[in-house]
Amino acid sequence: MDGIKKHFGWALVGLIGAIALGVVALERGESINALWIVVAALCTYLIAYRYYSLFIANRVLRLDAGRITPAVRLNDGLDYVPTNRHVLFGHHFAAIAGAGPLVGPVLAAQMGYLPGTLWLLAGVVLAGAVQDFIVLFLSTRRDGKSLGEMVRSEMGAAAGVIVQAGILLIMIILLAVLALVVVKALAHSPWGVFTVAATIPIALFMGLYSRYVRPGRVGEVSLIGVALLMLSIMVGGMVAESPTWGPIFTLKGETLALALIGYGFVASVIPVWLLLAPRDYLSTFLKIGTIVGLAIGILFVMPELKMPAVTKFIDGTGPVFSGSAFPFLFITIACGAVSGFHSLIASGTTPKMLETEPQARFIGYGAMLTESFVAIMALIAASVLEPGIYFAMNSPAALIGTTPEQAAAVVSSWGFAVTPTDLELLAKQVGESTILSRTGGAPTLAVGMAHILSTAIGGEALMAFWYHFAILFEALFILTTIDAGTRVCRFMIQDFIGTAVPRFKQTQSWTANIIATTIAVAGWGYILYQGVRDPLGGINSLWPLFGISNQMLAAIALILCTVVLFKMKRERYAWVTIVPAVWILICTLTAGWQKLFHSDPAIGFLSHAKKFSTALDAGQILAPAHSMAQMQQIITNAYVNATLCAAFMIVVLAMLTFGLRRIYTAYVVPHPTAIESSPVAVEGARHG
Amino acid sequence: MDKFFGFLKKFRQTAHLMVGLPDYETYVRHQKDKHPDQPVLDRSAFIAECHKRRYGGHGTPSRCC
Repeated sequence: MDGIKKHFGWALVGLIGAIALGVVALERGESINALWIVVAALCTYLIAYRYYSLFIANRVLRLDAGRITPAVRLNDGLDYVPTNRHVLFGHHFAAIAGAGPLVGPVLAAQMGYLPGTLWLLAGVVLAGAVQDFIVLFLSTRRDGKSLGEMVRSEMGAAAGVIVQAGILLIMIILLAVLALVVVKALAHSPWGVFTVAATIPIALFMGLYSRYVRPGRVGEVSLIGVALLMLSIMVGGMVAESPTWGPIFTLKGETLALALIGYGFVASVIPVWLLLAPRDYLSTFLKIGTIVGLAIGILFVMPELKMPAVTKFIDGTGPVFSGSAFPFLFITIACGAVSGFHSLIASGTTPKMLETEPQARFIGYGAMLTESFVAIMALIAASVLEPGIYFAMNSPAALIGTTPEQAAAVVSSWGFAVTPTDLELLAKQVGESTILSRTGGAPTLAVGMAHILSTAIGGEALMAFWYHFAILFEALFILTTIDAGTRVCRFMIQDFIGTAVPRFKQTQSWTANIIATTIAVAGWGYILYQGVRDPLGGINSLWPLFGISNQMLAAIALILCTVVLFKMKRERYAWVTIVPAVWILICTLTAGWQKLFHSDPAIGFLSHAKKFSTALDAGQILAPAHSMAQMQQIITNAYVNATLCAAFMIVVLAMLTFGLRRIYTAYVVPHPTAIESSPVAVEGARHG
Repeated sequence: MDKFFGFLKKFRQTAHLMVGLPDYETYVRHQKDKHPDQPVLDRSAFIAECHKRRYGGHGTPSRCC
């Protein structure tokens, strides 16, 4: 009887969730309140956490509270530190939650809020959180080994090398696409450029302050920094209006891209305490603050969703990203549903800090559910806008033109009524000259957030402030990623070249440092620059490439998980990782194939190249090219993108082959073959 | 009151660990207990050491996209 009673409350949660989900899925014609989505999501997470993650913990992985964790066994007070689970949850969540889950859902809103919501919920429960949880568990059982190291020891040296190369490629495409998001948000926006530029002197000041004035006072210096940032947003408004300063900070996309490339190079070779660390403090605290603020804002304001549940662009003809819902929706929303990148984080510092093994469930599965909720909030923020505004902001200029009149006419002709006055008024409200074709997600999110937050605090008077706050937060976060990511790439490149030229591995060597940094920056800088010059605005063709690479990494991580489950002789439960791995493989390989060979030049890189080379042969010049040389450049870019896409597919297919072979070997052997560090039982009382 | 200060301490630890800084007091206690013969880093040297671990050398990213 008690057994049934225990589940009664949960049945109620399930029922409420089902009703909310029903309203979200079935309501047509009338706009629904965002709270329905919030309730549906929260109930789904609760049920999934209570039942599915418990099943994985007890049956599949058999988490062992009696087994001593590396944090306890190898405690050194620095890397390996047993940490309170709530504190560690905060650390892990801050490490996995980035700009990705905020951008993807905004782009996916072009198909309506329903497809994105469903994929976010199903994806996180069955794929994303499972991956994070199991990788964290595997790494904890192996003294905190990284994903690459685990692949090497469980799947062989060759697989290890391929994964390392794959990760480097993913890093480069990731940095390029994130930089592109910043460029798109800041182009022709003096206010935005000023506030983002101001973060550099502010961070430098913070760095000097915490090194020479008050060493080690992280909280204090961060508070000062945040106050200065708020001040810079206010000053930014005046700068934008000033006839002398406004034009100085009004920059074209190309200029911004070059500035970012230069910045990325300089920032990643100077000492970390000077710029990177203080920027990291600012962006981390600002991000957490914004997420909490947005959540409170949505609960407090309870906005209505203006976007239809499903738009006609579900068929793949949408202006924001090209391609139909399958497979491209599942690529566009990467982070938030399942993100391969998390497998690198879950095998990073977190496994070295777990107090007990069963806590991997709360940290791994729980933090990913929270990240999914962040993505849901981003989807809500995009969907509270009038669809006409949304499409005017997210469609490339090549489709909707450059004046409010043209844009309003084109977007209205798609069935999303909007007037030129609406577009001009909104631009004025957020303190910008125009909001047209501000692709890349960040500005849309910013308008959505400004819409929600200004209803709560400040009304229309503060709309421009909130808009630029949101832009600043995204840009600051991404710039920190560019800085830190370029360093990571540099070390990976040094490592790679170092296998041939051992001298190159010395991290103190300036020559090696400069050469490796140059290669890293040139890699993402090239892709960024071609993205800025792309006729369809770059995001349209590059975001899917990023999504594909990120999901491919997830597929690799899930293949590793499956291999280890077989090696542990838990093949009975291996479907837990096989099902999401197969789904992700189907989506990414289909998407990769279409990006390569689709006959529509907007989707297929090769047909895009063909279209331009046919024109070039005929002596024609197609927009946006202005010369034969530019035509040639566009063709080269298409081939580069195609090569990258093919490389990702080859990496994942190779890993699949390695994985299947290892699974077979593990299956036919009658005893467990997983390579874990030897188990040590917890003594009566834990020491540390 | 104790509860409140306990919460405050945890909040502080969480904020620090979010930017890759483990608890300094825990580190000092650990050094004194386990390695009384070795010198204890002061606060800024400790932070510098944490920065080195977070931003360099291992080739694994410390934060996500």
